Amino acid sequence: MFSWDLLANAVVAGVLLGGFYAAVSLGIGLIFGLLDIANIAQPAFVILGAYAAYVMNSAYGLDPILTGIAFTPVFYVLGAVVYRIYYGSFERRGEESLRGLVFFFGILFIMEVSLSLKFGVDYRLVQAGYIGKSFELAGVGVSFRYLVPCVVGVAMTAALYLFLGRTFYGRAIMAVSQDQAALRLMGANPVQIKTIAFGVGIAAASLAGALLITIAPVIPSTDRDYIGRMFAITVLGGMGSIGGTLVAAIILGVIESLMATFFGPSWSLAVSFGILLAALAVRPAGLFGR
Amino acid sequence: MARTLPALGVGVVVVLAGVALATMRVNPYLYFAGYVILQYVVIATAWNILGGYGGYVNFGTPAFFALGAYTAVFLIRSIKAPLPVLIVAGGLVAALLGLGIGYLTLRLRGTFFSIATLALSVVLQTMIINWEYVGGSRGISVIRPSGPPFGNYVVFLFTVMLGLAVVAVLVARFIERSWIGRGLAALRDNEEAAECMGVPTLRLKLFATTISGFLLGVAGAPFPYYVTFVEPNSAFALDYAVNALAMPMIGGTTSWVGPVIGAVLLGTTQQLATVTISSELNLLIVGVVLVAFVVLAPEGILGLVRRVRGRI
Repeated sequence: MFSWDLLANAVVAGVLLGGFYAAVSLGIGLIFGLLDIANIAQPAFVILGAYAAYVMNSAYGLDPILTGIAFTPVFYVLGAVVYRIYYGSFERRGEESLRGLVFFFGILFIMEVSLSLKFGVDYRLVQAGYIGKSFELAGVGVSFRYLVPCVVGVAMTAALYLFLGRTFYGRAIMAVSQDQAALRLMGANPVQIKTIAFGVGIAAASLAGALLITIAPVIPSTDRDYIGRMFAITVLGGMGSIGGTLVAAIILGVIESLMATFFGPSWSLAVSFGILLAALAVRPAGLFGR
Repeated sequence: MARTLPALGVGVVVVLAGVALATMRVNPYLYFAGYVILQYVVIATAWNILGGYGGYVNFGTPAFFALGAYTAVFLIRSIKAPLPVLIVAGGLVAALLGLGIGYLTLRLRGTFFSIATLALSVVLQTMIINWEYVGGSRGISVIRPSGPPFGNYVVFLFTVMLGLAVVAVLVARFIERSWIGRGLAALRDNEEAAECMGVPTLRLKLFATTISGFLLGVAGAPFPYYVTFVEPNSAFALDYAVNALAMPMIGGTTSWVGPVIGAVLLGTTQQLATVTISSELNLLIVGVVLVAFVVLAPEGILGLVRRVRGRI
């Protein structure tokens, strides 16, 4: 029983999902792809953003996406603080690889457990005017709860792309990822630039979290589902390539959506990890790698 | 080698003391909690062979543990295999997976290796969820065999796990003191340099991943009989991954004593906290302690002891 309608619906849903995945992966693309810091706690920051949106929505009825934008300065500061601790404890001593990884794993765990202590393990969701509405285009259903995050995700990708390519600090971040010593010779402080980049990466998680809770209800352990997706997208797209992140995110979204439609949703999680393993084994540089 | 015999002797004494404790029939909760702590001694020791000696951080502990547990479930359902068979089979299947990730290290080093092991855990969990024969996502009940030694199955499992813990620690101690341990330490510090000096890095890595996987599988094999109800979320719990690396990190990763100290300290704390506070809060304690140690005392308790001794 093969139906073209089903296929078209799955592909459209996958592309929309992909735009959202891009938003989730931008932070890790910046932090892991460009700065080479294995921040596996990134998904926990996304979930924190989702809960911030939930709290503001249930208490004051604020729009989740506006909340996500409003909270970016808070997340930026949080990210800057985490990076300073990381730098002081590991990077400066040259021990970042093994212990730094354990450090971020510990942070992931602490955040997840704290959230479940505060909010319990019930699914939380948000209310907004556009959630639940949809329209049909040539037999393909498009719901706003997917369309809005996708549009925001693409806009975030474009904004980050312009930030990195056109602004002073953006170019400095690109420079620090290429040659730290040379940047120091130019009179810039690499630690300061990396603090900014890390802060921006965590700030992106605030908005990504708001998009996440717009799409589907969230529990504290949702972060585990996104560890694999984030790293799969970053590696597949090519470390540090922002455009590549968007392309890889859409590829992953479409494949996951097809798997969910034709084989059942329980397999969709394995897709990202399959892609990650395959990309790491076959082409570690990714599609658009340097 | 001269000090191997006394170590074996100490191991035998520990097991005999455990058997004596089992016949004494003190508060049954003691055996129940003791089993978990001993299970963590095995897990922490096994993780440390790859992570502490070799420097490859494995986040996939739950995958190996659950593979041991589900191999046991499969054998119990299909042929009602006895416990020793379950332990050996669970260990062997997990060892095969270990050999597989050993070959992964050819292409993946450092961070990528760790992420891949995390990925492995999720892929395996998905496969188990979709495999109805071993319970799928709903889980499966396991009936303990009747008439166990010491009259109580948990007490019996306690002594079995004590024996496994002693074996695991002896294996780790032997590896650490032989040329294998020195080779692993060399590749932990600088893999390229070690390779250039003639250290057979691939063979050592394969050995470390296989033996580490084997011991993790062994730790998981008695799990179905301990809990009597196995479901994917508890068998693949992230707690195992965190504990497996927190315990050696707290104790100290360079010596076999470290994981044992860490497992006993952290395991006991968790058991006490579960009873007196709540199980969520005790996980928070593990996370905070892990981060605190990694930031403030990267060499663990053993490192602190060494530093204090150095001053005197």
